[in-house]
Parts: sequence; structure tokens; C-alpha cells
Amino acid sequence: MGPGGAGAETTPGLLRFLPIPYPIDRRPVPQYTLTDEYFGYQSIVPGGPNDLPAASPIRPRLWEASCGTSEAWSVYTQISGTGSALPENRVTNRDFERLVDTSDEWITTRTGISERRISSGEDTSDLAARAAANALSSAGIGPLDVDLVIAATVSPDKFTPTVSCQVQKALGLANATCFDLWAGCTGFIFALMTADSLIRSGLFGRALVIGAEVLSKLVDWTDRGTCVLFGDGAGAVVLSRSENPGVLAHVTGSDGAGGHVLCIDGVPLANPWTVGSIPSPSQPSSVIRMDGQEVFKFAVTTMQQSIRRVCELAGIELDDVPFIIPHQANDRIIESVAGRMKIPRSRFYTNLDRRGNTSAASIPIALDEMNRADMLKARMPLLLVGFGGGLTWGASMVRWMPDSREDS
Amino acid sequence: MVFDQLKAIIVDQLDVAPDDVSPESRFTDDLGADSLDMVELIMAIEETMGVHIEQKEARNLTTVGDVLAFVEAQKGAGVAK
Repeated sequence: MGPGGAGAETTPGLLRFLPIPYPIDRRPVPQYTLTDEYFGYQSIVPGGPNDLPAASPIRPRLWEASCGTSEAWSVYTQISGTGSALPENRVTNRDFERLVDTSDEWITTRTGISERRISSGEDTSDLAARAAANALSSAGIGPLDVDLVIAATVSPDKFTPTVSCQVQKALGLANATCFDLWAGCTGFIFALMTADSLIRSGLFGRALVIGAEVLSKLVDWTDRGTCVLFGDGAGAVVLSRSENPGVLAHVTGSDGAGGHVLCIDGVPLANPWTVGSIPSPSQPSSVIRMDGQEVFKFAVTTMQQSIRRVCELAGIELDDVPFIIPHQANDRIIESVAGRMKIPRSRFYTNLDRRGNTSAASIPIALDEMNRADMLKARMPLLLVGFGGGLTWGASMVRWMPDSREDS
Repeated sequence: MVFDQLKAIIVDQLDVAPDDVSPESRFTDDLGADSLDMVELIMAIEETMGVHIEQKEARNLTTVGDVLAFVEAQKGAGVAK
């Protein structure tokens, strides 16, 4: 189906929706050297009866949604696949003792982290593409079957093309609209909320929502207070339509006034008018700077609020939520919230002892681990909760496999 | 009275014996508190005793007596939530 081909409707009273202004070869061309085991799927013809909206990939449905058809909002979404990807290179606390003045004991008691994965050559888009491919395989769909890719990251390979566009190229996601989302460690929650809204509004049919980071690029390796905290990795989910509500509710918030406590600088403002001459090409030193105590206080406060509020919105009692999947920042934060809210510590899924803090990737990595470990049962409610730079925070309540008729 | 309330919070938060807590006790050196313990302790004191302690001021509170003086001053000035 080429641009403007059969299926593009004329919209009365509105400009004809212009097709993409340059020809795109839409034949499936996987350019990433993945084997068939990642793509165990039957390619579904776009526009088929059980798939993307017939209007995809051009989306003339835009005019339908803006006319306020209630039908658009009775669409629900579910997570239909998960995937993750980690660098092979494991770095333990002992390895850090050789790098900076620290100890295994200090790191473990302050944070709960024992080891983390650090890239020895993979960049963010590489990890993101692998995680996305695993998620497609988990959902049993192929690269042509997603029309939206949102990648949450603060450590993209490039400003442009985005990580999501690079994943598109790597996996041959020819039908997708792709963009990145910057929201610190809350990135995945915001990206999930965004994709959920875009599908429920009828604008899109099926999304890849990715959280991917190579924080080792942004870490100050001379600062023993921060360099031990962070890890690299990527996680992804496929968000599809469902008959019954899977994604149930979102809580989100931001506080820019408090943003200075967690900071990664961008490219320095150097141009002939700020510097007074032609600036030499800058080597920006973008490193993570954090006031640990302020961030701790912020995290413990908002995490409790988010958990309570998202339960209210979803109409589910906290006692009926078997697992809370928090952003994996620091074990002390989780312990503090568990103690204050009187929630058994075991209900918080944690992997930060092996992963460190992987920012926007932490929640989707955790979700994939739980999925592969068979911890997730049909219609089980899951509470995803995050907080991070911005400052930002949020939570999503998701019912796993809402259309399943199996009892488990 | 205020000291007893404060003592109870410290015993609970820092997991120490009541007898170890005196106005001279230093949080880090005597009571084994690390920086995150201090944040949690300050939060608990704020919530239970209805005072507000800025993080900047909190950094100067090294002994139990410092906190006691701070809380009493706030309560005395009628600054309570």
C-alpha cells in the first residue's frame, strides 16, 4: 500500500491529508542482523481485520477523532509483549573499588546494588533495538505491525535521528511514526501514558514503548557518590488494542522548580555572540549531578502519593495488587516506602541488586524479567511507579492479559 | 516532653536502644546514622512533631540536642503545621 493509495478517504470540509512527501520503500527490509528466532511471526497484512486501523499508515482517522466520536474512546489497550536487552559486561562493586575510593560495603548498605551491566561497545539504540525485537517476538507480531514507536531515554546516541528512528531503521518498522520522550527516570511511565492515549483516541493501532539508557556515557567516573549507582540496559513493551481494559489508570506530575537537584547538562551555549568569536567545537561534559538526600526525600514522598492515587483512579485496593514495580533507583527508597505504607517488602519487585539504576529502562526491564519468570498471571493488576529528573513522577495501573479467559 | 517524643522517633528510625539516646548523642558517630537515615529521620520528625526542617538547616544538626533545640524553637515560635 503506497502513500495515498486505496483506503485514503477524502475528508469533507477539511484539506485532503497530504501523503508523506517522499517515496518510502515499504517492502519489509530487516537491516539488523537478527536471526529468525527474534521474529517468530506471521507477517500480518496492514489493514487486515484483526490488526491496525484500516487507515494506517497515513491515519486519516485524525479527523474522526477530532469530531469527537465516542467510539474512539471505547478502545482499550493492553501490554501484549515484553522484551529487554542488557550489555554482557558485568561490573561488580569490587570492580569499583579499583576505580574510585569506595567499598562493596558502602555501596551495598547505601543502595542495595551489587552489580550492574555496563556497555563495552553497545550504544543506546543497539540495546533499544534488541529489546524492541524481543518485545515484537513476545507479542507474536512483526515489524510492519506497529505504527508508533516511543523511546524514553536521556542518553540517546544522537539528538537526531532519535533512538526510536534508529530502532525503526534497524528493525524495518516501515509503518511507524517514531519519536523519543525525555522525562528522566519517569520516561517509561510517561511514554506508556502517551502511547495509551494515542491508541485509545483512535490515532494509532499498536505501539512499541521502549525505555533505553547507556548511562555510563553520562556518569562522572571520578565521583564515587554517583558512578556506582547507574547501569545500562533497555526494555520494551508492545501496547495493543484489547477488548477489556489492560492499562487502567495513570497518575503523572512534574515539579520543574525542584529540578536542580538532579541534573545532566546539555550542550554548552557557545555561539559567536556568547563567546565573542567562532567557538571551537565543544566537548560538552554532560554528567549526572545529584543531591542524593533531596532526591531521596522527593522519591519517598511522591512514590507514596502516586501509589495511593493510582489505586484510587483504577478502583483497585492496594491489597489486591500483588506486585508493585518501582523504578529501580535505590533499595533504601523502596524500603522506606514499604515501611511507611505497611506493604510487605516482597510485593515490590526489585532487580537493582543486579542491574543498578537504569533510569527509563528500569521498569520495562523488570516487567520483562517478571514475564519470562512466569510471575505474571492473567488479569493480575500491576502497579508501575516511577520518579526522576525534571522533577517528574508517575504511576500506571495495568491489568495483565485482560482478555484472557483462563483462570489462573 | 518534647525530648521523649523525639527520643521515641530516633529509637524507631535508627533502630537504637532508648538508653543510647541523650542530648549529646551524635547521629553519625554515636547512633550509626548514614546520610539517608538522616533524611528519613528528619521526615519522621517533621510529620510527627508538626515542624518543618529545611534540608539546608538539617545538615547542621549533628547531635540530638541540636534537633531538640531546633524543634523547641519552632514550637515556641508557634511555627507548627
